[in-house]
Amino acid sequence: MNTTIMLFLLQDGITNGAIYALLGLALVLVFAVTRVILIPQGEFVTYGALSYAMLATGQVPGTAKLAVAMGLVAFGLDLFVARKSLHARLVARAVAVDIVFPLAVCLLTYALAGPKTPIAVNIALALLIVAAIGLFLYRIAFQPIAHTSVLVLLIASVGCHLALQGLGLVFFGAEGLRGPALSNVALTAGSLRFTGQSLAVYGLTIAFIVALWLFFGYSLTGKALRATAVNRLGARLVGIRTTLSGQIAFLLASLIGAISGILIVPITTLYYDTGFLIGLKGFIAAIIGGLVSYPLTAVAAILVGTVEAFSSFYASNFKEVIVFTLILPVLVLRSLAAPEVEEEKD
Amino acid sequence: MSALLSVSDVHIAYGKVEAIRGVSLEVNENEIVTIIGANGAGKTTLLNAVMGILPLKGRTDFAGQDMAALDIEDRVAAGLCLVPEHRELFATMNVEDNLQLGAFRIPKATAANSFERVYSLFPRLKERRKQLAGTLSGGEQQMLAMGRALMGAPKLLMLDEPSLGLAPIIVADIFRTIGELRAAGVSVLLVEQNAQAALRIADRAYVMELGEFVLSGAAGDIANNQRVAASYLGFQHEGESAV
Repeated sequence: MNTTIMLFLLQDGITNGAIYALLGLALVLVFAVTRVILIPQGEFVTYGALSYAMLATGQVPGTAKLAVAMGLVAFGLDLFVARKSLHARLVARAVAVDIVFPLAVCLLTYALAGPKTPIAVNIALALLIVAAIGLFLYRIAFQPIAHTSVLVLLIASVGCHLALQGLGLVFFGAEGLRGPALSNVALTAGSLRFTGQSLAVYGLTIAFIVALWLFFGYSLTGKALRATAVNRLGARLVGIRTTLSGQIAFLLASLIGAISGILIVPITTLYYDTGFLIGLKGFIAAIIGGLVSYPLTAVAAILVGTVEAFSSFYASNFKEVIVFTLILPVLVLRSLAAPEVEEEKD
Repeated sequence: MSALLSVSDVHIAYGKVEAIRGVSLEVNENEIVTIIGANGAGKTTLLNAVMGILPLKGRTDFAGQDMAALDIEDRVAAGLCLVPEHRELFATMNVEDNLQLGAFRIPKATAANSFERVYSLFPRLKERRKQLAGTLSGGEQQMLAMGRALMGAPKLLMLDEPSLGLAPIIVADIFRTIGELRAAGVSVLLVEQNAQAALRIADRAYVMELGEFVLSGAAGDIANNQRVAASYLGFQHEGESAV
């Protein structure tokens, strides 16, 4: 192998790794705050990517209507839970979040969608739609069972993944879609060529990591999320609503997923079910990070991306096998190194 | 004036086993009330249920409001705060962040005052404000747990075994601080095994045995009660002494 090929593969690996890093961070975030292993993370990726791709062709994606429908269900749940002590402020909040927000996003999408809509608007719309879906997904599927065991949450999570994937087939069809690139600039450095798209991937990944770091390190809401992750009872005792923390975590995760999708859809064709595999690779990174460490997850994601790039060059048939095998030594090492953890009490 | 906290005829069960059987108690404003009793008498269970962590049967009122429909977070917002037995600190966050989160429910401007107040009550916390909560000594962790609770400017602070596992000199310090809280307008409901220290600072006391109150009254009277002296204070009174 010559240096050029190696550099190419490394570049490819780092670009993919950056995406996996974003997804891995979202998985760690959601698990830490809610103990949910977010299998539908991949669906946030495809929903974001394909909604964006459809908007780019001037069509309104079905996800906009899904957001409204999920909002209605969430509204029903909110009212049902609060039925004993319904006061105006509570109802007003539920109406605003569950009805007005998704409806506004949906109407905005219908109003703005067209073949000439600027890319930035399409991106914003796709993000808003997926953010709403993420928020309501937590409200509908996970909030009512938030106190149950990790296993129950995992199974619910698998259920959500299957449901969302099926809906994805309805909305986007079985054909793959590609979206327009964020920019067509290209730089050449030696034998390497950097497209505007891959630069956007690096830039946004770094920006997101810094933003998350600032959010968790300095804002009160971020600290409250961390507190929920560290000690749920302690958090409740200072008045932090764990349901709100969960909703924020899901909102962030769906946003991160959608952004990842929008970043890769100009590079590779995405199908309604591609997200799962991409999400799983982020999951491997998250597992290597022990589902707790953000920096370790980011580094592991770059490793996963690089291994994937090299194995697709040398043994493309075994690409996925090699990537997923990465998890085995990590699990073995972790189980040897970590002290035995008791099953959760509650 | 009605009581700040009133608990009437409360039953708490773990499955089929009734841990608390028909307990009633009151805490008035600016009052320190203590519940003493042996290990396993049900003191912690009662506090947890009043806070909303455990379900209970019976009526609990706080500041004139029935708490049946309120969850933990609502109770915190209403001014009821628990420092639990295991402290439940945010171990991987520093002292300052722990305190800041204690003021999660109150406006930012008020939180600045709270910081000042807590740091003046516990100067040690100010020295350690950048240290992770998990690396503090037991006594400092207890101070931090109390400080975090006080950050939210509660009306009633419930303390569950604040002296547990602490060196005597620190216990004295903590109890002195509890005494100072009353001057700051905070009522205290104190659950303790260290009956002697608790009775010294309390106004009134309840004695709990096997899920029931067997005795209640002014702290001084309880301290002089023969049975209490024998069971909890570790000595026999030589006849009756006036207090």
